[in-house]
Amino acid sequence: MMTFTLWDILRNLLLAARWTVLLSLVSFIGGGLLGMALLYLRIGKARAGQIFVQGYVELFQGTPLLMQLFLAFFGLGLFGIDVPAWLAAGLALILWTAAFLVEIWRGCVESVARGQWEASASLGMGYVQQMRYVILPQAVRVAVPPTVGFSVQVVKGTALTSIIGFVELSKAGTVVTNATFEPFTVYGLVALIYFALCWPLSKSSQILERKLNVAHRNH
Amino acid sequence: MSLIAITEVKKRFGDVEVLKGINLDVERGEVVAIIGKSGSGKSTLLRCVNGLEMIDDGSIMVAGAQLINDDLHLKALRLKVGMIFQQFNLFPHLSAGRNVMLSQMVVKKTPAREAEAMARRMLERVGLGHKFDAYPDQLSGGQQQRVAIARALSMQPMALLCDEITSALDPELVNEVLAVVKELAADGMTLMMVTHEMRFAREVCDRVVFMHQGRVHEIGPPEEVFGNPRTPELRQFLGAQLVV
Repeated sequence: MMTFTLWDILRNLLLAARWTVLLSLVSFIGGGLLGMALLYLRIGKARAGQIFVQGYVELFQGTPLLMQLFLAFFGLGLFGIDVPAWLAAGLALILWTAAFLVEIWRGCVESVARGQWEASASLGMGYVQQMRYVILPQAVRVAVPPTVGFSVQVVKGTALTSIIGFVELSKAGTVVTNATFEPFTVYGLVALIYFALCWPLSKSSQILERKLNVAHRNH
Repeated sequence: MSLIAITEVKKRFGDVEVLKGINLDVERGEVVAIIGKSGSGKSTLLRCVNGLEMIDDGSIMVAGAQLINDDLHLKALRLKVGMIFQQFNLFPHLSAGRNVMLSQMVVKKTPAREAEAMARRMLERVGLGHKFDAYPDQLSGGQQQRVAIARALSMQPMALLCDEITSALDPELVNEVLAVVKELAADGMTLMMVTHEMRFAREVCDRVVFMHQGRVHEIGPPEEVFGNPRTPELRQFLGAQLVV
């Protein structure tokens, strides 16, 4: 029987954690870009766009992320498309992230006082100008803390992709446990690594919130 | 021809008809006060004049620009007529100077340098030349409202609409704003103002419009409207205003 040192375990987990970080980044950035496009439709004037985004959000917020991963992984397979685990994981997480971010951001845009719309309209600005120069600069300030806060959910969400066989931190934990028979040590380390990733994010969300809020200075 | 021509304007919010056929012409350089109880439709009328509300019937023309619900017509209308709000509505993320510059630059495509010169002139005109770099939350309510006036003036409108512009101010700040408005009136600016400042209306306005239940109930020079109200509704309204 082989023996594993703590360093052996940790090293393997850290190597796998790179994939967790990469998947988180891809999901967050991809979801952010998609979320912006959806936001444009959601707060735009076209009724069809609003309804589409509303349906999209309800669908992805109303089903477990796990089901979405299964559907992306096995569902596309039904059509004869062979989807690798990393693609299914990335795709599902991007769609899921976008569904949450678009709602967070919509709330931020709507939190800008109605008087701002009216004042800018009365000065002759069109919709796009109002958005660009008056509404979004204010909404972004409100949006930063909850957006950073949500990134924590994305990092933890990546853990679920282990189930479709994507080897990130959680999956690596299972693999290493099967080799070492030391589940407590291994999963303890896995948890610590997740914590090391997430804690700075939630902390910075808190700090940003205080910074942008307490002074209540919009500049 | 009148600068502002309001003809048979009707406006409904759901089942409630708030404007029931308003006719009102405002001449160039005229200062018109609109008074009346809350719910009489006076603010709605004002908001219709620069297209913040759409009308269901009738027409509104300002110096040849008609109120029609599309971006092009609305922009043309709003370039003729500016608006000041009860809540100031300054852009909180921009300095006072930038507040005054922004719409010149994005709507009229004025180069930054000219826009800045105009902003400084307008802030000077409302007595706030030294506050160019101050942000709205560093200004008192009265100062914010004066910046809002400068902002509207910088677009060089032919008329200004003032929607209860002193109602959100502490009593000691009311006068500094009214003084600015008075100066505008003296300079020949066309003004339509919804106001609760009866004394001011009496002193400064050429005509006073009393609105009641969505109609122009009485209209005339201030001496007549305040000194000799003809209808019981106006008498009752004025009776409730302790100032007069």
